[in-house]
Order: sequence, then structure tokens, then C-alpha cells
Amino acid sequence: MELNRLTIHELHDKIKSGEVAARQITESVLARINAVEKRVHAYIRPLPAEALAAADRADADIKQGNIKPLTGIPVALKDIVCTKGIATTCGSHILDNFIPPYDATVVEKLRNAGAVFVGKTNMDEFAMGSSTETSYFGVTRNPWDLERIPGGSSGGSSAAVAADECIASVGSDTGGSIRQPASLCGVVGLKPTYGRVSRFGLIAFASSLDQIGPFTKDVEDCAIMMNVLAGYDPRESTSVKMDVPDYRQFVGGDITGWKIGIPREYFIEGIDPEVSTAIKNVVDVIEKNGGRCVDISLPHTEYCLAVYYIIAPAEASSNLARYDGVKYGFRAADARDLLDMYKKTRMQGFGAEVKRRIMIGTYALSAGYYDAYYKKASQVRALIKTDFAEAFQKCDVILTPTTPTPAFKIGEKTDNPLQMYLSDIFTISANLAGIPGISVPCGFTKAGLPVGVQFLAGHFEEGKLIRIASVYERNAQLEKRRPCL
Amino acid sequence: MKISSSEVEYVAHLARLEISDQEKEVFTSQLNDILLYIDKLNNLATQDVIPLSHAIAVTNAFRDDTISDSIGTEKSLTNAPDARGEFFRVPKVIE
Repeated sequence: MELNRLTIHELHDKIKSGEVAARQITESVLARINAVEKRVHAYIRPLPAEALAAADRADADIKQGNIKPLTGIPVALKDIVCTKGIATTCGSHILDNFIPPYDATVVEKLRNAGAVFVGKTNMDEFAMGSSTETSYFGVTRNPWDLERIPGGSSGGSSAAVAADECIASVGSDTGGSIRQPASLCGVVGLKPTYGRVSRFGLIAFASSLDQIGPFTKDVEDCAIMMNVLAGYDPRESTSVKMDVPDYRQFVGGDITGWKIGIPREYFIEGIDPEVSTAIKNVVDVIEKNGGRCVDISLPHTEYCLAVYYIIAPAEASSNLARYDGVKYGFRAADARDLLDMYKKTRMQGFGAEVKRRIMIGTYALSAGYYDAYYKKASQVRALIKTDFAEAFQKCDVILTPTTPTPAFKIGEKTDNPLQMYLSDIFTISANLAGIPGISVPCGFTKAGLPVGVQFLAGHFEEGKLIRIASVYERNAQLEKRRPCL
Repeated sequence: MKISSSEVEYVAHLARLEISDQEKEVFTSQLNDILLYIDKLNNLATQDVIPLSHAIAVTNAFRDDTISDSIGTEKSLTNAPDARGEFFRVPKVIE
């Protein structure tokens, strides 16, 4: 049996019954990493020695009868969450040698739940990208077609789950960076409500949009991961003090009488016909299981991308000002003076996409342009949030494609930033409005590329997403496939 | 043109980025495309809309003023590219 192919809940049962040891599970995952990593490159840094040591500790716990929700489960971490004593690069040369002196809250929580960390995954530099091509450490390939991108920015985390190089993983989502790669790699990915999961120890990109969430092989595992990740953290000022439900109670259940909003603005020209067909099939499954689809409107949808490409770079230009070659990370040699050192360090330390976004953000916040760009974008953001508030008066959840097309080819969009940005067109709105969203696999194109469906719900309604996603997953009768690697 | 190459040079200075002539040319053209795209926001009348900075209502998060563990000087300096004693070391600031 290939243990690395199983889900968290399947492995948990086997650990509980004594059928397998944590060490066997971790060894199985490490063997898979050895076998396929050269082709996929999901990881910046696999952690085999640390993982085996953690697996042995898990086995000691198991012997004592101390079995927690993730005991012995190999989990991968996007290299944007700080890990104490383990290099954390954010996919950037500028953080090349950075070894955090502390753990992110999510890392603490996963470790306390028994997780075994198997590696730090690849990502677009500072999470700026939709394809994992902007990483300083090279591209990650889509396990379903190695000529194609895995999505981004959490492409390493989604590819690692899809290729069975871990059991579950963690990513971050600022404009779609969990849901879009989940869709393109055929796995489940959830972006929680803003404030639901602590951002303490998450390297900041755009602080009013960033949120951490899980990648898993099925919806039940997503609920298990959310039980561990969610919750108030006094170290994070935007973390929300609100009880966390047991998300597993939402797995399965019933959606009879639920109204499913279909936003007409999301079914536009430019959607790949095979994506359209897959989404129509999801609608059929939902309706057969008691959901009723209703036509809704989110009138400001066409402005989301423009708003995002002011707000996210503006916040990034401020957040990334800290990389100055003084306190940590890379410093350029041969500087004439302090200013020259800053400029050379940042020129050599950042890649082109990061520089481009710092430039847009700095311009949008600079004297004379603030009202025209940042204030204007924040006003339109208010309208977008109102769109969703009004839509959720008429429906329980919203259903859309996660992405307009399946995975594109490596290099296809690298010369045209705007074209690249358009691949996040259906995911950005949830970040602007702060609402949760999930992407669930909903079939394959003729060429064998995965397609995902996105469900969106109101603030703190992750439970509804898990319920409808699991009802869909259980009733869709999708063919079980694995990538050939 | 929404942004000229001399403005790009000035913004790069504000952002503390040294850019080559070739980068300046590429950024000028790409930033123009992006700013032109962003211009579509001006199709919307928003004079009465209150700007939204956080999607969830957030208030100041105060805590009790009690002393707790911190990282400390030694650990704070371990990642520094250059440090001496208790200080970060940088190139000359004052002539």
C-alpha cells in the first residue's frame, strides 16, 4: 500500500488501529519526494531528517495513547510561514539566508496537533504571481502536465498534495493564491474569512488581503485542517475573537432548500468551453441534491482586478520597505553609502515582478496620486463588499468557476503581466470582500487537466462551504485519477 | 502616456530601487499598460462612498501592559548581514 496516497482521515484511522506507524507514513512520503521531486520541484527545501525525527516522536506519543488530529501526518508548509531554526525564503533572493527565531502561529498549532513537517514549498516571490514562475528557486511544474504551471502563488503547496509528496499542505491567499493553484492541480483549497486564521509569522504581502489556508486531497481533510488552523491569536491584531466550530460536523449533511447564487458577471466570454461544461455539470449535481440555483448579480465584478492591482501593490510597497539589507537577509556588496546600499540590495535582491509591484504601489501612494488611486480603489472596494452583502440576502452560497482556463504552459504569460493577472479574475473578489472561498475539483479537460469549482459564502461561513463542497464531492461520481509521474 | 520614464526613475528612487536603463524602459511601458487598465475605475462615481480599508470591522487591539519574553539582542542580530557588539553595522551615513 502506498501510504503517501491516502488522506488525513484514512491515515488517522490506520494510526489509531495500530495498522501503521507514523515512521512508515513519513518514509512513504519521503520516498515519493525522492522519486518525483526532480520533475515536479514542489519544494524549496525538503526536511527529511527533521521529518523522520518528528515521526519518531509521533510514534512515541502513539504508544502512550496520545493521538491528536494530525499525529504522524506529513504536512508541507509554503515557504512564507516562519519556521523557527529553519530557513524561510518567501521564494526570494533577498531572504536567502533568513532563519526565523520564532514559529508562525499556524506552525505552532500544526505541531501541537501532531503534524510532521516534511518541507517548505516553492512559491512565487513574496507570493506575487499566479504561476510559481517568479520564484528565485526555479519553477514548479504541474504534476498533471510537466510542461504547464501549477498555478500560484502557492504552486509548490498545491503540486505537493497533487503529486502525493505530502498528505496536506498550507498556503496563503491574497488574490487567489490558494484557490487558483488548487483548481489547476486538482486538489481542495480553502481561503478562510479574513481574521479567521492568525497571520502572525506569515511574511506580509498585502496585509488587508492575506489569509492562510489548507490544501488537501478531499473536503473532510480540509475540515480537519481548519479545525487546527482557525482561531483567535492575541499576537495578531486583525485576528477575530470568535468561537471556532468543529468543521467536521459540516462534512456530508444536506443542502436541501439551499439557494445557490450564480453570478451572471462570472460567466463571461473568455471562459474555456471545457471549464464551462464542467461547471454546468456541478450545477446539475447540486440541483439533484436539493440545491436551487438562482440568478444573482455582483455588479462591480469588472472592477475587482483594477482595485486589487492598486491595493495589493500599495500595501506591498509599504510591507517590503523592511528589506533594506540591514536587519536580515541579503546585502549587496560594494555600496558607496547607506542609500546606495539600500538601492543596490533591493535591485539585486528582488526579482522583476516584485519590483514592478513595488513601483506601482509606490506610485499609487505618492504625493498627488493618493486620491486618484488608493482612495478611489478603497471606495470601489466598499462597493464590491456591498455587492456580496446584497447577494447573500438572496442566496446561501455563490458558485463560480475558480479559474477561467485550465493550467497554462510554462512561459506562456511571463512577458505580459496583465494577461497573467487576469488568471485570478474569479478569485480576487473574495479577498477584497474578506469572505471565505473554497475550490473543489470538478473534473478534467480532454487533455487531462484538472478543473475546479469555487464556492463563496458570507463572513465566517466556512462551515457552509465545507457542507456544499462535500455534498458535491460525494455525489459527483468523478473518475478517480492520479497524475502519471 | 500615464507615466513618463523620468517619473519611473523618480518612483524607483522613492522605492529605494536602483534600476537599469533597460528596466526603466520596460517598467515605463508595463506600468503604462497597468495604469491604463486601472483607469476604468474612473467610470464609477464614488464621491459619496466611504473608503473601505478592512473587509472585517477591526478596532484597536489593546493588551495589558505586562512584561513578557522577547527575542533579545543576541538572537535579533543573528540574521544581520553585518553586526558588531550589540549593533547592526551599516555603511557610513554622515559625511
